[in-house]
Amino acid sequence: MTANLLDVQGLGKRFGGFVALDGIDLMVAPGERVGLIGPNGSGKSTLVNCLTGTLGNYTGAVRFDGRNIAGLKAHQRARLGMARSFQLPRPFVSMSVADNIRIPLLYAVNARPGAHLSFGEISTRCSELLALVGLVDKAHQFPGDLTQVEMRKLELARAMAAEPKLLIADEAMAGLSHSEVEDIVALLIRLNERGITVILIEHIMRAVMTFSQRLVVLVSGKKIADGAPDEVIRDKEVERAYLGQ
Amino acid sequence: MRSAAFFLIALAVGAVIFGCARAINNDYVFFAGYTVLQFIVLATAWNILGGYTGYVNFGSAAFFAVGAYSSVFFHKLYPMPIPVLIVFAAVISGLVGLGMGYLTLRLRGAFFAIATLALAVVLQTLIVNWNYVGGSRGAYVIRPSTVAFLGNYIQYLFLIMLALAVIALTIARTIEHSSLGYGFATIRDDELAAEASGVPTLKLKLIATTLSGALMGMAGAPFPYYIGYLQPSSAFGLEYAVNSIAMPIIGGTASWAGPLIGAILLGTLQQYVTVTISSSVNVLIVGVLLVAFVVVAPNGIMGLFQSIARRLRNDRKPA
Amino acid sequence: MLGARFGTHQAGPEGTQVFSPELAINALVAGLLLGGFYAAVTVGISISFGILDIVNIAHPAFIILGSYIAYLLNIEFGIDPIIAAIIAVPAFYALGAAIYQVYYLAFEKRGRAALSGLAFFFGILFITEVLLILVFGVDYRYVQASYIDQSFNFGFINLPKRMLIPCLISLLMFIVLQLFLSRTFLGRAIMAVAQDQEALRLMAASPIRIKRIAFAISIATASLAGAFLIIIQPVEPSVGREYIGRVFAICVLGGLGSLPGTIIAAMLLGVAESFTATFYGPSWAPAVSFGILLLTLAFRPAGILGR
Repeated sequence: MTANLLDVQGLGKRFGGFVALDGIDLMVAPGERVGLIGPNGSGKSTLVNCLTGTLGNYTGAVRFDGRNIAGLKAHQRARLGMARSFQLPRPFVSMSVADNIRIPLLYAVNARPGAHLSFGEISTRCSELLALVGLVDKAHQFPGDLTQVEMRKLELARAMAAEPKLLIADEAMAGLSHSEVEDIVALLIRLNERGITVILIEHIMRAVMTFSQRLVVLVSGKKIADGAPDEVIRDKEVERAYLGQ
Repeated sequence: MRSAAFFLIALAVGAVIFGCARAINNDYVFFAGYTVLQFIVLATAWNILGGYTGYVNFGSAAFFAVGAYSSVFFHKLYPMPIPVLIVFAAVISGLVGLGMGYLTLRLRGAFFAIATLALAVVLQTLIVNWNYVGGSRGAYVIRPSTVAFLGNYIQYLFLIMLALAVIALTIARTIEHSSLGYGFATIRDDELAAEASGVPTLKLKLIATTLSGALMGMAGAPFPYYIGYLQPSSAFGLEYAVNSIAMPIIGGTASWAGPLIGAILLGTLQQYVTVTISSSVNVLIVGVLLVAFVVVAPNGIMGLFQSIARRLRNDRKPA
Repeated sequence: MLGARFGTHQAGPEGTQVFSPELAINALVAGLLLGGFYAAVTVGISISFGILDIVNIAHPAFIILGSYIAYLLNIEFGIDPIIAAIIAVPAFYALGAAIYQVYYLAFEKRGRAALSGLAFFFGILFITEVLLILVFGVDYRYVQASYIDQSFNFGFINLPKRMLIPCLISLLMFIVLQLFLSRTFLGRAIMAVAQDQEALRLMAASPIRIKRIAFAISIATASLAGAFLIIIQPVEPSVGREYIGRVFAICVLGGLGSLPGTIIAAMLLGVAESFTATFYGPSWAPAVSFGILLLTLAFRPAGILGR
């Protein structure tokens, strides 16, 4: 039996008196496609921030790829293989689209033990990633010149550039058209087929149901459901708390 | 162009400049030139932390003064040649930069900026109360009157500062085109996203403060010899703080050329104004220019050039 | 200058002071009075930096400007400096509104990096200082008022009026501001704008206008603080610079944006400086505030009443 890639036990996070996360348990096996849904303010982004190390001072234990990652900073977790895309895209505005992709290759991939990518290899991988998300002809433009949709694709591509074992996509599809959503879902499934475990956080139920092998529901900082998508959406509590809205 | 090539070209340009200065054969050229070169080093040093990495340092005077006073200290211990003093100054100011960075770089940029101000005052107070280096009474450093080969001591100082300027510019340019430079830029653009992309932001910021501090200290090391009598108020003078910020911002913070242009333009303007009007009006002009550029042309002179160039390029493209 | 503020000295070894309980208590009292004054100096920053998140390091320059205006009205017309400052408040308010407008158009609207905003205020700090040097010169200026040389004496406790009055009026100013911020609609809008601009917009209040009013108020306090300063000590243009560290030290120590925290932190700093100056000599006093600032930033950036 293979060990879980991600093993979260009792994760809790408070902001002053406000409890954002209340004892979350979550296990993700390697190669899984997990969907994470919940109303606004339920703590989904807080969960991502705690897992990736962007937020500290949380209680509970997180194991990633067999090791306890307590105390590791965000860039160390990225190097270990945890990547995330931000809900509101945060590109590096002073550099070109291609250079944005170059950064995780330089700093996450190349920093791993045994990695020695040459400049040429990095450029090649850059182009591959740009092609994957359909941004090749924008390679030398700046994020300020991109459309909203293109920025989201850049955000995803940059997360993918870190060559992660686990990719957490935080509401990457908000505001996209029907066909664009389908493109992204297809892209994520393709990544998953390459061996990348994906946690998809989304509100677009169509995408979540198509994509997920397993569905987790978060409400007010607590996990209220965790199982096969068809069963979870029929769960009374989930209907009441989230879908009924 | 590779860094080695840049370095050699810069050296060649420096040699030409020195040659011209010798040809003019007026000591004032060397005195004024030394000041401009000093500002080139300070502005370039500031820009590594401020322009490339996005962390504003208000305490440039502190690092400059640390360099100057380390020279006084070692000179009193045992007189030694200036290049050696420069190395000591670099190490000491670098350590000060590292220490300050370690204390404050985990905070937001605004707090860092305020902390640099605080540091400058604390250091000044320490030095004012330190009698070995003269304290508030000041310290005399006797300048030798001649130097072998060159004859004139001020020409020697000019040459040293010229070398430091070449070194500083080369370092800045090398960083710009390296992965370190990319890392700095991500910190400037979005530190959170940088961390998430694997950039070790604290480590890079510490590198930036240490390097920036060391270069500023190196600029200060020959200063006691230049000025002859060193007082805390002149070493910690406000013109160093304003200028090391104004010159890169006015010249353009995005590349090594900006601080160079800013230092040359502002430096010569200030020499002119100080001599013809007064030194207070001098600082006023720098302050006004700083505010004007920051509001109207935040990318500086280099930024203006680049947007003109981009517009010309776009005009030439077929519609 | 600090010697003038802290009364007479008895020389101990190497400039240090012989310790005595009377001296310590007087140092404590002087420190508390000084703290009241420091609070007035800082309240502007508590608003602009603590609430609005604008790093206005030029604030001390406006305080010095306030000192000089109080000086002018005092010398020309014999008006009491505090009255003069109150007269000047509308002008300072307008100045603050104008500066915020430029700041907003140049930086906040464009979403520029904080670097430019800092450089902007840094430039204003120098411009103001140099203009004052050009107009007034570098000589120390001081004001004339009946209470400046008088003191209350309770046994061995010495309460100089020139420190007591600014302290009391400063506390009054704080009470007024605190009531304004917590009881009035405008005041609560100011507290809210720091946290949620969208909600404000939905309430049909313009966040920009609210911020402009808040910033203008912060500059208006500089007028009064300037009058207090020139009552307490003679002033020349570069005096403002020693206050930059004090102001931010108090602001950070007291917890950003908390008015009660500002007062407590100001008192603590005042007492710390007073003891340092009394027992170690005035030349170490600048290091106290800046040292406290560095230590607070390094180890407890949320302040004493930490968030």
